[in-house]
Amino acid sequence: MLLIRCPYCGMDRPEIEFRHAGAAHITRPGPPDRVTDEEWAAFLYLRDNPKGRVAERWRHIHGCGRFFNAVRDTVTDVFVVTYKAGEPRPPESLAPEALTPEARP
Amino acid sequence: MTGFRSPAGGRIDRSKPVRFTFDGRQMHGHAGDTLASALLANGIHLVGRSFKYHRPRGILSAGAEEPNALVTIDRGGGRETPNLRATQVELHEGLVARSQNRFPGLRFDIGSINNAFSRFLGAGFYYKTFMGPRALGGAKLWARLFEPAIRRAAGLGKAPAGPDPDRYANRFAHCEVLVIGGGEAGLAEALRRSEDPACRVMLCDEQAELGGWMLVEAPERADEMVEALAARPNVTLLPRSQAFGAYAQNFVAIAQQLADPLALPDPDSPRERLWQVRAGEVVLASGAIERPLVFPDNDLPGILLAGAAETYLRRYGVLVGRKIAVLTACDSAYGAAFALQDAGAEIVAIAETRAAPGAGEMAACAIARGIPVLPATTIIGTTGHLRVSGILLGRLRPDGTAEPSGGFPADTVLMSGGWTPSIHLFSQTKGKLRWDEALGAYVPAAPAPGQAIRVSGAAAGEMPAGMCSRALGALPVPGSPDRVKAFVDFQNDVTARDLRLATREGFRSIEHVKRYTTTGMATDQGKTSNLNSLGIVAAETGRSVPEIGLTTFRAPYTPVTFGLFAGQARGDLFDPVRRTPMHDWAERNGAVFEDVGSWKRAHYFLPRRPVDPAASGHAAMHEAVQAECRKVREAVGLFDASTLGKIEFVGPDAAEFLERAYVNPVKGLGIGRCRYAVLLNEAGFIIDDGIIARLAEDRFHVTTTTGGAARVFGMFEDYLQTEWPELKVWQTSVTEHWAVIAVQGPRAREIIADLVEGIDLSDAAFPHMAVREGRIAGMPCRLFRVSFTGEFGYEINIPAGLALPLWEKLAERAAEFGGGPYGTEAMHILRAEKGYIIVGQETDGTMTPDDVGLGKAIGRKKPDFIGKRGLMRPDLVAPGRKQLVGLVAEDRSRVLEEGAQIVPDSLAPAGTHALGHVTSAYASAALGHGFALAVVEDGRSRLGQVLHVPMERETIAVRVVEPVFLDPEGKRLHG
Amino acid sequence: MKFSLFSLLHQGLTGNQGWQPQWRDPAPKPAYDVIIVGAGGHGLATAYYLAKEHGIRNIAVLEKGWLGGGNTGRNTTIIRSNYLWEESEALYEHSVKLWETLSHELNYNVMYSPRGVMMLAHSVHDVQVTKRHIHANRLAGIDNEWLTPEQAQEFCPILNISRDIRYPILGAALQRRGGVARHDAVAWGYARGADRLGVDIIQNCEVTAIRRDASGRVTGVETSRGPIAARKIGVVAAGHTSVVMGMAGIRMPLESFPLQALVSEPVKPVMPCVVMSNTIHAYMSQSDKGELVIGAGTDQYTSYSQTGGLHISQHTLDAICELFPMTRRLRMLRNWGGIVDVTPDRSPILGQTPVPGLFVNCGWGTGGFKATPGSGHVFAATIARDEPHPIAAPFTLERFTTGRLIDEAAAAAVAH
Repeated sequence: MLLIRCPYCGMDRPEIEFRHAGAAHITRPGPPDRVTDEEWAAFLYLRDNPKGRVAERWRHIHGCGRFFNAVRDTVTDVFVVTYKAGEPRPPESLAPEALTPEARP
Repeated sequence: MTGFRSPAGGRIDRSKPVRFTFDGRQMHGHAGDTLASALLANGIHLVGRSFKYHRPRGILSAGAEEPNALVTIDRGGGRETPNLRATQVELHEGLVARSQNRFPGLRFDIGSINNAFSRFLGAGFYYKTFMGPRALGGAKLWARLFEPAIRRAAGLGKAPAGPDPDRYANRFAHCEVLVIGGGEAGLAEALRRSEDPACRVMLCDEQAELGGWMLVEAPERADEMVEALAARPNVTLLPRSQAFGAYAQNFVAIAQQLADPLALPDPDSPRERLWQVRAGEVVLASGAIERPLVFPDNDLPGILLAGAAETYLRRYGVLVGRKIAVLTACDSAYGAAFALQDAGAEIVAIAETRAAPGAGEMAACAIARGIPVLPATTIIGTTGHLRVSGILLGRLRPDGTAEPSGGFPADTVLMSGGWTPSIHLFSQTKGKLRWDEALGAYVPAAPAPGQAIRVSGAAAGEMPAGMCSRALGALPVPGSPDRVKAFVDFQNDVTARDLRLATREGFRSIEHVKRYTTTGMATDQGKTSNLNSLGIVAAETGRSVPEIGLTTFRAPYTPVTFGLFAGQARGDLFDPVRRTPMHDWAERNGAVFEDVGSWKRAHYFLPRRPVDPAASGHAAMHEAVQAECRKVREAVGLFDASTLGKIEFVGPDAAEFLERAYVNPVKGLGIGRCRYAVLLNEAGFIIDDGIIARLAEDRFHVTTTTGGAARVFGMFEDYLQTEWPELKVWQTSVTEHWAVIAVQGPRAREIIADLVEGIDLSDAAFPHMAVREGRIAGMPCRLFRVSFTGEFGYEINIPAGLALPLWEKLAERAAEFGGGPYGTEAMHILRAEKGYIIVGQETDGTMTPDDVGLGKAIGRKKPDFIGKRGLMRPDLVAPGRKQLVGLVAEDRSRVLEEGAQIVPDSLAPAGTHALGHVTSAYASAALGHGFALAVVEDGRSRLGQVLHVPMERETIAVRVVEPVFLDPEGKRLHG
Repeated sequence: MKFSLFSLLHQGLTGNQGWQPQWRDPAPKPAYDVIIVGAGGHGLATAYYLAKEHGIRNIAVLEKGWLGGGNTGRNTTIIRSNYLWEESEALYEHSVKLWETLSHELNYNVMYSPRGVMMLAHSVHDVQVTKRHIHANRLAGIDNEWLTPEQAQEFCPILNISRDIRYPILGAALQRRGGVARHDAVAWGYARGADRLGVDIIQNCEVTAIRRDASGRVTGVETSRGPIAARKIGVVAAGHTSVVMGMAGIRMPLESFPLQALVSEPVKPVMPCVVMSNTIHAYMSQSDKGELVIGAGTDQYTSYSQTGGLHISQHTLDAICELFPMTRRLRMLRNWGGIVDVTPDRSPILGQTPVPGLFVNCGWGTGGFKATPGSGHVFAATIARDEPHPIAAPFTLERFTTGRLIDEAAAAAVAH
């Protein structure tokens, strides 16, 4: 069970409090009549699915209820960083955050 | 000395004799014994038969690594557990143990005939035969003849027949430091870290007593350390607790034994407890496991690990034999030999595989004790059938071969092939390992990212040089090594020659060898065999061990009870049950419930429940449901619709949000008005529907399906927070807040009229698809003039806590009018007669609004809504899509089967393309015949056509009709 | 050497010294006609049928680890063809037919055991969905029959059909021809068969790039063992498909999730068939060795770690103990994870790609094992003929653009 830091609550909490919500930073294209079938298919279905760092969305569903973003390494499952919805994806060079005991509730 | 019990010493309580039985034979041991130590004290080595060849097997080890001594423990009353290791079973008064995998008995086992044919039963033999001649059916022969025979022969113990009477507990814990292993390294680590009183330290160990090897060598020191730890309030000690799994971010799962070790467990106590510990740091001090040596017939009872023999003597006061030979590749066997000699056993010889016994000191000491030490010597054979009776020695030549060099009679052989650090949990966390040439083993190198795990003591490879051995793999024998059976994996009967055969057949990766030979895949997971396997494959392929690799260590470290994982999750606690406020009333009034999502919904009511349960079958249901439908159509019915999802939207942009969310136009909806609305996913397919009711300019009450409530709420939250965060609107789930009583039927107004305050119920003031807030029976309510039955009716939303009295009052009144409650089945029929769809029944995630005849609901002028672009995709606008239609069988009394397929012709050979399928089918009291809804390709252009429904034994002709069967003009709705 | 009872006896009597490697360990050649990326069951089967049925012998199968080491060797080996949509029925039934003769075809006992797959229905909605499957299957000529709870228990005596459990069993669909097979043997049998037809199976050879010419057509791959040229490349990389296809600049409609499975300690036979419950997520059979083989669910997040959370297997065993109460005292022996590539409609992608010469076979999600022979067979034809095999035709990448999905999951979703 992963330990996830909710950027709104500022706490590391167990994964069962959260709901994964798919890849992050995918923009819904529009308006509909200006979007091609290919663009819509890409929005709906095409995913980077990287082996390595992925930007993804989580929802602290059994906590504050907020959606937020995270960068996680899909090989080690280590979270590099979590950040609020709407914030840009942090640079690739970011080192994994230290999961220090002080950060725990 | 009685039997093989030493006169004094050890950790057992000699004042407390304990009776137990093994295979029906009554014996005695002492408190503090394990089953294995007690059996050995009674002179019993033969405790099991091996998996494949049914060879007699004895106790090999004294711990969790035991491959041979598997027993079934039966406490009676369904408390029967197969495959337990006798070395881990604590003895208690009245313990009943049975050996396994033998027929008729341990001493004579028919299955041992396999041993005679072993040359034909080498690694993977079953992949090469049992295919049967093709002419005789090939695969069928395997499935009908060979496989059943193999299945009967395989398996270890027998599974219990009945349900488990025990229960299991679960606890979560947090600590700064979790120490795994209560040996010297672990205890020292715990003492050091717990000096800081703010540092919460937990320490677990699988054994009943903490101390590990110190319990053999320095028990007083172990006691002191444990006492010091126990006195500290920041320390939690968990004996009998096996850390079996290590997961991401210092999360460790521990299985704690509670009841099994006790003669008379508290009946209220759980049998085991699962600890799920999140630690700041994990210290793995899990020690090391002694390796067997691989020589011919090394599996006879009486041949065991030297460290185990020393443990049995010094910790349990048991001599494993009287005439003992030793074969060792390192120094650690000497201690066992000396201790046994001191206890009165004769050590006939110590054979050393090393040319020059490493620490000459030990050898000199042995010689001084009068024990012959034979350097560069191995065992090339053993004698004896059910117990070793002697050894044949071989002198090791420098070229790696061996020549016979005499032998000794012996009733016991101790062996030590060096020690393997127990790094399983470290490896489970994906920590990096390093091959340690001196140790002949893998040791931890670096923890995986995100893991604060440190390995300490022998598990980290910190061992005296004398314990190290590079003797991996099979020892030399005179002549061909493939003529002998030298066991590597004792439990799965994998020999050195099996491993060599596998490499000859091209299986060179250790993972391939493992899978082809099954080495390391038994219930001990290769704890004593993995490195010898690696050594053999390395030697055979001329590569180094690191080049061969290492098989992955997988949780659990030792087997863990299913019930422990399931814990309290049984019966109603398996998944929480959601019940409406009217549930108990419904139950009292004969409701038969169905599961819808987590809810229990009244499916139908059997007011006079027949005494004979068989009578509550289909006919009774049919009768009840038809009566319920009639009551609604002719008088008034009450329906508990509380399970519908309900969301309240508030805010200046509430209308805008709903306009974007649903296909329907919402902004123009007047205050106090309702609209049926359809929700799509972005792909353009229907996923939910409900009623949108506008209570005020900036306030809406929206319903969802029962099963979709949580999903829809979550989806809306996603759009609100991330897609359209600029919209000022808040949604709140009010599903549990409002109970909903649907009052439907021509007499609906009559039964509520005098209860309602503040709402003018006249058609003019309160028309169909309107909503009003007011009071009913003195209680606040939201009253909807809506209908899912086609009848005039209401849905009363009332605070859940107040709902039952109102329901009871309405039920009384309904009964007076000849009405009554109806369940979901009647609801389904009533709505189907009107052609109203049910999402999930008429739709299946592939249907668009137009497909189900709701194209007109789409707000064409809206610039966008969820799914609008999806609906424009080529296949969603292509001709030939399935469309909702009605069907009536040509024989009108027929009720079609839901899910039945629809084809154009009465003849439908296999492979005929289906035009569609029946989505709903019922007998209708109101229509007087059966009818169905269906989705059919180009269905709306087929009205009047006769199509066919192929069934198992016949084909039913059906006519395509409009999907509205009753009151298409909607007169009844409007009263 | 042909495997038979005779060869087993002969070798046994002569010291088992005559057994030959089941496949060679060749060094990669500079060029091949076809390169298959991924030596799992599907990839090896593709190579086998390309060589056997299409006369293409100059084939390499490149594997970054050891053959059969991915999902082929990690799954719960359920085989069945009682799918809902006609496209799926055709594909999986094609596969079942090949399973029926596969041991002979390969001269390797893959232990196909049609012991029956029973799928449980726990709610009125389940019953409707299940019966729809049965009707659809019967029309397609695929065996699938409805069992009452009592008949289900007769078929699987340890099943708990009590009405008092949380989600009582209301009935079941039984496909008698469904069953299990020995997963490793499938990979090994195809590997041995392909090898004997001249296919080079190159292990420990990781593809690091896909090379293309100016026209965009593939010309070969870069690997950890050097460049290898090929006119056609078939990517059959399961959980790693997105990574490999990314090398050709193609984003896939795929996400890779951890999927766990576990086995109990071996016990004497108690479970004669396969039981699946999609509603409460429990899948169980018993191996010939005696282990209860149990499939768990996927974790919620994408991952290539091949490990999953403890709570996933916990939830699975909740369900197993509900359905089979006598298993509560049995013990879990091993728990492991694989990486499954999941498509939006839970159906595979099988065919050509926008890059000339590049073919892909992926997206089998949690249920690819059953399709191994059929998938390899139709994919080989697609590669050989440069046009989709009729059975493969509906499973194109384009369906995600047109919306013509083959959605096996949606029909089972609960909503009302």
